[in-house]
Amino acid sequence: MQAVQEEDYTRRLDFGLWQKMLRLAKPFHRNLWIIVVTMLLSAGIDVALPMLNSYAIDHFIAGGTTEGLGWFSALYIGLVLVQVFFIVLFIRESGFVETGMCHHIRHLGFRKLQELPFSYFDRMPVGYLMSRLTSDTQRLGDTIGWSLVDLCWGAGFLVLCSAQMLILNWRVALVVMLVLPPLAVISWHFQKGILESYRQVRKRNSQLTSAFNEGINGAKATKTLVREELNTEEFREIAEGMRDASVRAATLSALFLPIVVSLGSLATAWVLWQGSGEVLAAQAAGVGMTVGVLQVFINYTVQFFQPVREIARIFAELQSSQAAAERVLTLLDTQPDIVDTPEVIERYGDSFHPKKENWPPIHGDIRFEDVSFRYKDGEQVLSHFNLHVRAGETVALVGETGAGKSTIVNLVCRFYEPTEGRVLIDGVDYRQRSQYWLQSNLGYVLQTPHLFSGTIADNIRYGRPEAADEEVREAARLVGAEPFILLMKDGYDTEVGEGGSRLSTGQKQLISFARAMLVNPAIFVLDEATSSVDTETEQLIQQAIQTTLHGRTSFIIAHRLSTIRTADRILLIQDGRIAEEGTHAELIAKQGAYWRLYTNQFQDEQGRKIVGAS
Amino acid sequence: MYTNLTPARAMLRLLGRHRGLWLLAALATVATVFLGYLTPILLSETIDCILSGHPSTLPAWLLDALRSLGATRAWVTEHLWFLAAALIAISVLNGAFSYIRGRCTALASENIAKDLRETLYSHLQRLPFAWHVKAETGDLIQRCTSDVDTLRRFLAAQVLEIVNALLMVAVALTVMLQRSARLTLYSLILVPALFFFAMWFFRKVRKHFRISDEAEAKMSAVLQENLSGVRVVRAFGQQRREEEKFETVSEDFRGKTLHLTNLLSVYWGGGDFLSMLQSAITLLVCVVLAVRGEITVGTLVLFTSYVSQLLWPIRQLGRTLSDSGKSLVAMERIQDILNAPVEPEEPDALKPDLSGDIVFDHVTFAYPDDGVPVLQDVSFTIPAGKTAAVLGATGSGKSTLVYLLQRLYEPTEGRITIGGVDLRRIDRSWLRSHVGLIMQEPFLYSRTIRENVGIVLRQPEEERIRRAADIASASGFIARADKGYDTVIGERGVTLSGGQKQRIAIARTLLKDNQILIFDDSLSAVDTETDAHIRAALRREAGHLTTLIISHRVTTLSQADLILVLEKGRITDQGTHAELAARPGLYQRINSIQTGLEEEFHRQEPGEVNA
Repeated sequence: MQAVQEEDYTRRLDFGLWQKMLRLAKPFHRNLWIIVVTMLLSAGIDVALPMLNSYAIDHFIAGGTTEGLGWFSALYIGLVLVQVFFIVLFIRESGFVETGMCHHIRHLGFRKLQELPFSYFDRMPVGYLMSRLTSDTQRLGDTIGWSLVDLCWGAGFLVLCSAQMLILNWRVALVVMLVLPPLAVISWHFQKGILESYRQVRKRNSQLTSAFNEGINGAKATKTLVREELNTEEFREIAEGMRDASVRAATLSALFLPIVVSLGSLATAWVLWQGSGEVLAAQAAGVGMTVGVLQVFINYTVQFFQPVREIARIFAELQSSQAAAERVLTLLDTQPDIVDTPEVIERYGDSFHPKKENWPPIHGDIRFEDVSFRYKDGEQVLSHFNLHVRAGETVALVGETGAGKSTIVNLVCRFYEPTEGRVLIDGVDYRQRSQYWLQSNLGYVLQTPHLFSGTIADNIRYGRPEAADEEVREAARLVGAEPFILLMKDGYDTEVGEGGSRLSTGQKQLISFARAMLVNPAIFVLDEATSSVDTETEQLIQQAIQTTLHGRTSFIIAHRLSTIRTADRILLIQDGRIAEEGTHAELIAKQGAYWRLYTNQFQDEQGRKIVGAS
Repeated sequence: MYTNLTPARAMLRLLGRHRGLWLLAALATVATVFLGYLTPILLSETIDCILSGHPSTLPAWLLDALRSLGATRAWVTEHLWFLAAALIAISVLNGAFSYIRGRCTALASENIAKDLRETLYSHLQRLPFAWHVKAETGDLIQRCTSDVDTLRRFLAAQVLEIVNALLMVAVALTVMLQRSARLTLYSLILVPALFFFAMWFFRKVRKHFRISDEAEAKMSAVLQENLSGVRVVRAFGQQRREEEKFETVSEDFRGKTLHLTNLLSVYWGGGDFLSMLQSAITLLVCVVLAVRGEITVGTLVLFTSYVSQLLWPIRQLGRTLSDSGKSLVAMERIQDILNAPVEPEEPDALKPDLSGDIVFDHVTFAYPDDGVPVLQDVSFTIPAGKTAAVLGATGSGKSTLVYLLQRLYEPTEGRITIGGVDLRRIDRSWLRSHVGLIMQEPFLYSRTIRENVGIVLRQPEEERIRRAADIASASGFIARADKGYDTVIGERGVTLSGGQKQRIAIARTLLKDNQILIFDDSLSAVDTETDAHIRAALRREAGHLTTLIISHRVTTLSQADLILVLEKGRITDQGTHAELAARPGLYQRINSIQTGLEEEFHRQEPGEVNA
């Protein structure tokens, strides 16, 4: 398995990618427009309010009158109310876009994951896929929902404020604007640096968490290995790394604001100097800049640089969430390599819209014709493999881990497709039928049984949600699971916990047999567990296997001798080839590899049984 | 260090560790508050004194100082750049102090967090085996990470934020009251409302944060189940239903988060309304008073600036105070761990040679929590350099027996000696360093295979690692792994089978300086042939060590010098293979499997095949 990088990082801002993202946000375009308009209007109000202050000084105070103050107050408070309305509106709209986008991406991603073949899941650890649909998606939703808010407000404020300043006094205004370019450059670099430094902190933090994880879960191992001191030393390094990264990030942030403010103060200082001069000159001349205008000018210069910082931050954030966007888009764009042809879908439907009325019945005659299979990474598992299994036959596959047993079974299920050759079911290449047709006729019991949270009945019913209670009970009875189910507090309505965690392995296995029984499949696949269960459960499981296999074409990756012995045919697989083939008695008589395997296994199993039983 | 204190006192003690930095940060905060209020004063003075000709309101000493520098009113009016210079100076100084504050706070709080993490980690390492057996790991990790983080955040930002806000109010009040008591009253009339609104809101909304988190957790759980059960989903053709299931939880999470955002829009809307209204009131009252001639334009500028500077910290203060209780809870949860007693130090413990006879002398052991004896009156002797094998049923107390030999537990009654020295007197680390114990389900670290094998040594030599892997019959599968010895094990790398894990565990134990070797059923998951192979290699390499093997494989048992049969916590029989095979009992039954196999082959004579 390839190591999957969590936070790979792209250096350049890729607008094409964000355009794609915006296209993905199509259902929310109306909301995004509302946000744009709201933010521009809101920026307008933020520019207007200081003007009211200036008017108050120049009109009422300088004029020595309170006439019109009522109207003035009404206007002021009216603007405040409108602004509050805008604030509530944009938060709601952005929240709607954020949560909606997340939901939308999760929906698309989830559906994609239901279509991707198993070879994809072999390469991608569950944790990695999880974070695509959780943290990455969240990050994108955030970015798309909120960056437009700050961007539009920032741009709006910058433009309107500049315009207003130019109108008030273009000479002073131009000098103020001189500060913009250096400020933009500095902000951009700082914001990028700050984001990068926090990325480092997160990286260190996950190291720290896994160190604690290992320190706690491995505490017993640590004791027996006397590794306390070495562990503590290693931990100290990690803890120090975390501290240094955090201090660096905090220092950078602590440095950024003062630099920006100081730069801004140059502009303010210029306005104060030149403005005061103009006011004094105006007082002498009787015309020119008033105290109110000076005040509003100063007010603007103080606020003027805030949007620059914001815009720089947004771009830096866009850049850093680009990696998340790329990963999500890659997932959404992944093409499944096992797909039904359009003709097949036309005829039989897909897994979301099956056309069951056209489905041919399945008997379960399976033939591998000159099948070769190679994994994506190039490892050749099978070459020119031939096998014919008659309907109703039970075939046990034995052999070492990695010999190719699972591959054969996965090919039968069409979880993989042959790289060369073909697999025929009832004489027809299975690629001429839909995947869903085959998989709906498949019973599958896994080595480590996977249950879903819900009740026992829910789990048995998993493959046929419409099954009646009586059918559920019947299936449980057939595999011998009913006695233990009835002993539980809520019987069939007992919650099994997440992944079936409240049941023992043996119980989970029995339920997974009942689940397979209920769908009454034509083809049955069993990947037998090696995990040890107590003797009584072991016997129950044996019976369950016999009942389930009866009359079906079955493939078993077998570990238990009793299962192997009762198979119609045993295939000993070595290096992707059938090394020995025959019934149990035939193979024993041969005294070859199977005989050796059997002898060893027999002793081991019996030993376990005696130890476990007494 | 932080044990047996109330959470509040423990927190003070934590703060005290870096008091120099804290003091500096606090002083810088004071400086920034004062400097922050200077700019409005400068503007107000400019407007009133320079531009309008009103008398200055600056304190006399400052005016004297300025005058002595030559900066009289007339001079400043002629040299307006002086105002600009003063403004820049104030900004730069303010910036410098705020940098100092940020840097000192970061240093102090991050160092505290680091200290706390290290203390927790090393404490956890030293807690006894029994404590870890019972520990809930998920909760522990939570305490070590997010609780420490809650504390750190409190110390890094919130403490100084509170100081800052209070100080700002105090200073602003002093300056404003000097100018106009009435105006001060109007200018701050909504501040209490703003503060309590923020506090009330975040107390109210806390529940909704939790609800949204829970909905997210639920959604993740469904996703996780779907992804790890993807084979089952496909095999039963349940994609559509799974999609519906996910859709429901995803929609639920969306709805709850949206609800939270909508609540927050009320907060922001409400808070901004109060703030802007306060600014409006201040302005209007100022206008009225100024028109009446009671205040100057400068005072108006001063008040409006001060009010706008104050509003934000007040809102934050309400928020901060509403969740400051969290940090006390976090401290308490951390103290819970630190209060658990560690394995006691034993300065007088012995470090004897451990190659002598191992003697169990009437050993009884019961776990302290239930008192039911797991081992009862167990006595046996393993002569130095010999191999003993234990045959025991599930639950017979086999594992407890080996744990006692590493002093992971102490016998309740009786004693264990090695070379005549009571185990209780032997230094734990010494003992564990020289007694190699391999468990049935070993814990491997998420590192490379090389690092796992060499885990006990500081700088293991490549040659020793390879040699140990050879003996443990692990070289074969290691060579086949994609990156050989550099293959990472665990969640971020390959998953090993039970047998492969056991072999890595054997290899890593071989790098220790063992005098005794114990196998706690640690070959159970490898096939019988590999088992035999490993044991043969071990006999060549470590045959001189006193060895104890727990197994149910007759070939393993039969080769031991001494076989112990353990049933329900008691030794029911002991002797050599020949002796035990001759007596009825558990061992004889195991031994007879061989015969059983032959019988089975007889039943399937070729005739049956043809039938």
